[in-house]
Amino acid sequence: MSGSGPRTEQTLTQAPEFRLAIIAVLVFVLMAVLSPDRFLSAQNMTSMAFQFPEFAILALAMTITMTTGGIDLSVVGVANLSAVIAATILTSLAGPEAAGAVAFLWLAVALGASLAVGAAAGFFNGVLVTRLGLPPILATLGSGLVFTGFAVAMTGGSAVMGFPDIVSVIGNATIWVIPVPLILFAILTLGLHILLTRTGFGLRVMMYGANPLAALYAAIDIDRILMRVYVIAGMFSAVAGMVIMSRANSAKADYGSSYLLLAVLIAVLGGVNPYGGYGRVVGVVLAVLSMQFLSSGLNMLQVSNFARELIWGGLLLLVMVINTTDWARLSARRKPAKTG
Amino acid sequence: MTNRWKELLARNETLVAVVIVLFCIVASISDPNFFTVTTLSDLLRASIVLGILAIGCMLVLISGGIDVSFTAVAVSAMYMTTKLSLTLWPEMPWPLIFACSIGFGALLGAINGVFIAIFGLPTLIVTLGTLSVFRGFLLTFVGSDRISALPPDMREFSRMMIARGTTEGGDFYALPWSLAALAGVILLTAFILHKTMLGRSIFALGGSVESARRLGIDVRRTQFFVYVYVGALAGLAGILHGSMGRMSDPFSLVGLELSVIAAVVLGGARLIGGYGTITGTLLGVALIVLVQNSLIVIGIPSTWQSVTIGALILLGTGLPAYQAKRAAARAG
Repeated sequence: MSGSGPRTEQTLTQAPEFRLAIIAVLVFVLMAVLSPDRFLSAQNMTSMAFQFPEFAILALAMTITMTTGGIDLSVVGVANLSAVIAATILTSLAGPEAAGAVAFLWLAVALGASLAVGAAAGFFNGVLVTRLGLPPILATLGSGLVFTGFAVAMTGGSAVMGFPDIVSVIGNATIWVIPVPLILFAILTLGLHILLTRTGFGLRVMMYGANPLAALYAAIDIDRILMRVYVIAGMFSAVAGMVIMSRANSAKADYGSSYLLLAVLIAVLGGVNPYGGYGRVVGVVLAVLSMQFLSSGLNMLQVSNFARELIWGGLLLLVMVINTTDWARLSARRKPAKTG
Repeated sequence: MTNRWKELLARNETLVAVVIVLFCIVASISDPNFFTVTTLSDLLRASIVLGILAIGCMLVLISGGIDVSFTAVAVSAMYMTTKLSLTLWPEMPWPLIFACSIGFGALLGAINGVFIAIFGLPTLIVTLGTLSVFRGFLLTFVGSDRISALPPDMREFSRMMIARGTTEGGDFYALPWSLAALAGVILLTAFILHKTMLGRSIFALGGSVESARRLGIDVRRTQFFVYVYVGALAGLAGILHGSMGRMSDPFSLVGLELSVIAAVVLGGARLIGGYGTITGTLLGVALIVLVQNSLIVIGIPSTWQSVTIGALILLGTGLPAYQAKRAAARAG
């Protein structure tokens, strides 16, 4: 895949994130006008804050892999596999009656296990991409099937349920008035932002994404960078898996299958360049908010799930066309040199 | 001679063929009923739709892209055609029904073509988007009911057999005419790929877009053709799926795309483009159909199906990729 040209310094209004902020505000205002008493209610605000972190965290995982010019199609598979393993620990070892310190301890064990599964899955993806040299699309397509397949094989395809009560804290509790999943999302967002913009690692990730060959000649240990990127993506997916498990109060191999498209959509909508080299966490957050406003609003207008799929897909295409087309060049009637 | 053998052994086709043979040996040992005409004709029937989709998908991979939307194209073309036929002219003869579905498929493929060839967007993201647009449009605006009262001529087609009967051993077999459709698609695609300038252009495009452009190949037109052709094949596969299953189900087919891509990459087509063979693709399809239908016969529970397919993708693509990486490292 060819990298895009270098981005020159832009003023604030030219940044894709600025356009995105306008879109987010527009969608919010539109929904507020179409359904004022329901969309603007406190109840709707809280329910939105509970809904979006699970797919937003998956979108963060997608973002970091996309900035290297790769993609992670296994995020949902990793989330479900780690959730199924955590759920198995919680149901068979802790049991639904566990309470107090015992339950807390088992929850910690389950969380640790799920993060370990996420890291291992990410490591596996990293090995496929770096050591075997597989294209990230194929590597994660195949590994996603394997992870989902393990979850199916472990559960026989049915949901694992019967957790101690404490599990619901991750997905359903609030600290003061802020939902716990939102806090998790905020921590991960901030962490990823700092990682990508304030550390040498982040700089090297962007360098590799912008121009892999130049990064190689700059003596950057590419394999190690990519390995870490996929491990981080795997662990983020595992956190998303925990939130989904807690909110559904069960774990199943095929939960959240529509989240894969959504995660790609959000990352691209957020201005992340799918060829690598550019991506800002603030853009992804704005994209998440627009999607959630749109999704809740459509829900209140009683638009069917299928129509929502249609709108999401259409939005993805529209944003890609707007973001990548060089309008000046098209109108100059010169043939653009870019191809997929 | 030894070099030739080495080359043959290093090819994906050989690897897949060996796995298929091993699978069949193990299967016939554990179940003597496995290796019969009945099983064979069942497997052949199961591979018609998958085979046509895989041929189309292979063409996209050769041109250096990837398409995940073709199942949505197939199901949309099938469902829209049956709806159209039932409302306008229920007695529509089957060749017209087929032409109609192929036309719908080509039209939807052209939409992919516009985004990819004209706007130059990444193929994976475009087709992920159109996958949900096509399916969302179908289920929202066209309908979401399963139709089992198909146009009579479609049902008639599904009863037409090239050969059917019972062997002396008492095994029943039936080969429907849809198999001829697969054969036709194979011949047409082989002709396009190997006997026309267009075919050479598709290979050249997958090898290197820039080189193809400098050779004077119209990159946009070639890419556009690829996506329209894939759409048309998907339309054909869709209507065959509907008539063979005697039901037009708008929820079917979508979800199959990973298995199809698995079959194609197992057959050796490379994601970076420029390489792919019809033989390899058909072998890949055969292996996937075997895994989907007969995994239980060799003693692996069917819940392990997707692990098996995923592992096959990783092995089938990982080995050649690893070899290429090592060869490149040795070359310095």
